[in-house]
Amino acid sequence: MRKNWIGIPALMILLLLPALSVARGDDEILTPVAEEQLAEPDPGLDVSGTVTVQDKDNDAGDLLLVSFELPADTEGIFAYNVYRRVAGEEGEGSWNLVEIIPADGLSEFIDGYDPEYPIASGVLYEYRIASATVDGEEFFGPECEAGVVSKGEIYHTGKTKIFIASILFIGLIFYYFGKAQKGIEMYMRPIAGIEAIDEAIGRATEMGKPVLYVPGISSIADVATIASLTILGRVAKKIALYQTPLIVPNRDPIVFTVAEEVVKQAYLEAGRPDAYDPDSVFFVTTSQFAYVAAVNGIMMREKPATNFYLGMFYAESLLLAETGSLSGAIQIAGTDAVTQLPFFITTCDYTLIGEELYAASAYLGREPKQIGALKGQDACKAIIMTFITVALIFGVIDVVANTHILDWFRDLVTSPIVD
Amino acid sequence: MYETIGIWVGAIFTLAIYSFLYKENSIYRLAEHLVVGISAGYGMAITYQITIKPRLVDPLLSGDHWILLIPGILGLLYITRFIPRISWMSRYPIGFYMGTAMGVGFPLTMKARVLRQLEGAMVPLYQSGMAWYEVTGNVVMILGTLAALIYFFFSKPHKGLFFGTGSKIGIWVIMVGFGATFGFTVMGRISLLIGRIQYLLGDWLHVIE
Repeated sequence: MRKNWIGIPALMILLLLPALSVARGDDEILTPVAEEQLAEPDPGLDVSGTVTVQDKDNDAGDLLLVSFELPADTEGIFAYNVYRRVAGEEGEGSWNLVEIIPADGLSEFIDGYDPEYPIASGVLYEYRIASATVDGEEFFGPECEAGVVSKGEIYHTGKTKIFIASILFIGLIFYYFGKAQKGIEMYMRPIAGIEAIDEAIGRATEMGKPVLYVPGISSIADVATIASLTILGRVAKKIALYQTPLIVPNRDPIVFTVAEEVVKQAYLEAGRPDAYDPDSVFFVTTSQFAYVAAVNGIMMREKPATNFYLGMFYAESLLLAETGSLSGAIQIAGTDAVTQLPFFITTCDYTLIGEELYAASAYLGREPKQIGALKGQDACKAIIMTFITVALIFGVIDVVANTHILDWFRDLVTSPIVD
Repeated sequence: MYETIGIWVGAIFTLAIYSFLYKENSIYRLAEHLVVGISAGYGMAITYQITIKPRLVDPLLSGDHWILLIPGILGLLYITRFIPRISWMSRYPIGFYMGTAMGVGFPLTMKARVLRQLEGAMVPLYQSGMAWYEVTGNVVMILGTLAALIYFFFSKPHKGLFFGTGSKIGIWVIMVGFGATFGFTVMGRISLLIGRIQYLLGDWLHVIE
């Protein structure tokens, strides 16, 4: 090994010798190199032609559609470097490299996605394209003024179907919402996991042990987290009435703030603000597995009689639920994370699957507004089922009668939905 | 030298966390508190470096982006939680954040979780050149989707041919799906365990190459 290390400097000295000769002006070495350069001068690369710029539809005035004529001879071109500057600016330093397009036949792109070089609405730009070699050498095409400026649109025409579906679904929810407020009785089928919540809190009270409530590890922007915090309010109210200790560890600082408010409010509504313990809701850390380590430690030290895992969970779901199972607690979980539900199902006593989590707060609160919203959601599901059934029938007709009704129906319902 | 120290620290804390498999103990507790404390402090520094400094402090100091004062002040309102008399002000940024998140998220959810899924469920049962298993797959997918949707009906009792049988098939379809997901995820977890064992036996003890 040591011999190799000695060999490397020796090799470097050998390689440096010709260079030293060149530096000394040794003609014997310089001459053939100079002749070779003269014999084969660098031919350069062909450059792209005119650049055409169009304003992109359905944007906020921050995107331009840029296309350019590809060079006639693309040999040796590795990529096209697209430069942009504000029209009227001078000097080489005013150009910004906004896009590198691999030389595979593509000659257009949407400019404005790079947050470093945003497109300003109403500003006129100039473009130039450079044909670049694999070594990064550039050969510039003509400078072209954009001709158009970017303008924003108020309405995104590609999202009409989303708009219609949203109006329909919101309308249905408000319709049933109104019906429920008028006092019309609405049926809700029993869900075992939700009915077990009272039983689980009662068990903790009887055993004189705390209830652990994990509101997931996602942010407040997640629907599952919001559903979980609503359920936390109901659970905390019952806990306040029973005077059972509550532990709510949080991973997200904003969720922690909201959870604290929710629990405080629940104790107030239960008429026991004095029983509220400010240390019962606390922030742990934002790190996923550090949070898991902390909650697992709490489970094994405090030995809660009941564990709730309601909200959005990721890879930590099994670690939490398995430890809870070892500690001997009754466990109720609920999430809409499809990949984590199997772990909860195998390790928890009750699991709220997907939408059952959203429905739980309506079940626990029995408020007309929430029951109405639940009924509205059912109506939305009925519409989706109707569309799928009609598509199924049209699919059968297509097979039997060799028609194309399904394509027409599919386009009618879902297209165009533009990103 | 630093690399060797890093490997030893990593290995010792890996074993400290694994000691939880035996029972909750003081070594585990030490590792737990260290990882929680370090991650919380590190998270704060990272948030400042990648969010607050480049997106708020630097643009404000450059003097061009005074509009950023609005989110900056909204963010500062969180700190009012430490002053009980005006702690109610912290509800404004929370309300703003929740409202914005729901407003932005609603059309995205409608597109990705409703219309795109609906489009995916409206497939032709048979097309020329399609193999028998593809046709069977399409039929199972469409009927399975319908049955799973029936299971999630809350305002109807799960009785009778449509709702009773439909929801039973639905829960079977859901459970079969979960079984496949379970197996797939467990494979990923096993590879994580293998990675950790390789670290202990290879990088640390040099027992394996």
